Amino acid sequence: MKNSLLFDFTVDKSNNTIFVEREFEADKSLVWDAFTKQEILDQWWAPKPWTSKTKFMDFKVGGRRFYAMVSPEGQEHWSVQDYISINPKTNFKYVDAFADKDEKLNSELPSADWDLNFTEYSGTTTVKITVKHKTLTDLEQIIQMGFKEGFTMTLNDLEILLQHLQK
Amino acid sequence: MRRDVFQALADPTRRAILLLLASQAMTPNAIAEEFHTSRQAVSKHIQMLTECELVKQEQQGREIYYSLEIKKMKEIDKWLEHFKKIWENRFDQLDNVLLTLKKNKK
Repeated sequence: MKNSLLFDFTVDKSNNTIFVEREFEADKSLVWDAFTKQEILDQWWAPKPWTSKTKFMDFKVGGRRFYAMVSPEGQEHWSVQDYISINPKTNFKYVDAFADKDEKLNSELPSADWDLNFTEYSGTTTVKITVKHKTLTDLEQIIQMGFKEGFTMTLNDLEILLQHLQK
Repeated sequence: MRRDVFQALADPTRRAILLLLASQAMTPNAIAEEFHTSRQAVSKHIQMLTECELVKQEQQGREIYYSLEIKKMKEIDKWLEHFKKIWENRFDQLDNVLLTLKKNKK
């Protein structure tokens, strides 16, 4: 069943936007919780072997989530998400920006506008995420940083594969 | 100054040059004719693309021709592919979390 779930990922360089769409085999309220409750969010937000660590999350308009992506070596990359609008179980928007461990915003790294939409059809929930950056340079910087994480991940996959081969 | 690929791609004129070169190798003069800016400006763009190894130059007789460095362009595709993979893994993890949540509910 898992393989038939829709996954779409596109990067539109003409308007500096990343578009991600994914189906989940769960009802909307459960998927909504997974995106909006810190104890669930931290279980999946960081792609392994990275982990997500939320210091606080005040999920309301004007509220903030202050969290870190922690590398396998224990290096912490802090960010904030400031909630702009919330329509329960349908949509929420936030601005994502990089920060230091004391919650001081880093103006050198690009911020982005996130827009998340939730719809349900007969037990399957579709999540559509739009991440809009201010400039193409910003988007490319993010992709480049993502490449770093992705690369770590690939190395980890390789390690697992090697362990299997040794058996 | 270190030139990086993403900085090179960030400029619309440079992206237009890459698009032009995607179909054929061209001389600097032929490239410059496609743009309203000065030849000097276009030549600076070409220079930056060359420094980033996105385009390569070849001497043919008395003329220099520029063409795409396909290998480098593929590298960029790979970067995007990695980024996509991050999202994929993240969502696979969420699938598992949702499964556990559903079980606990029952």
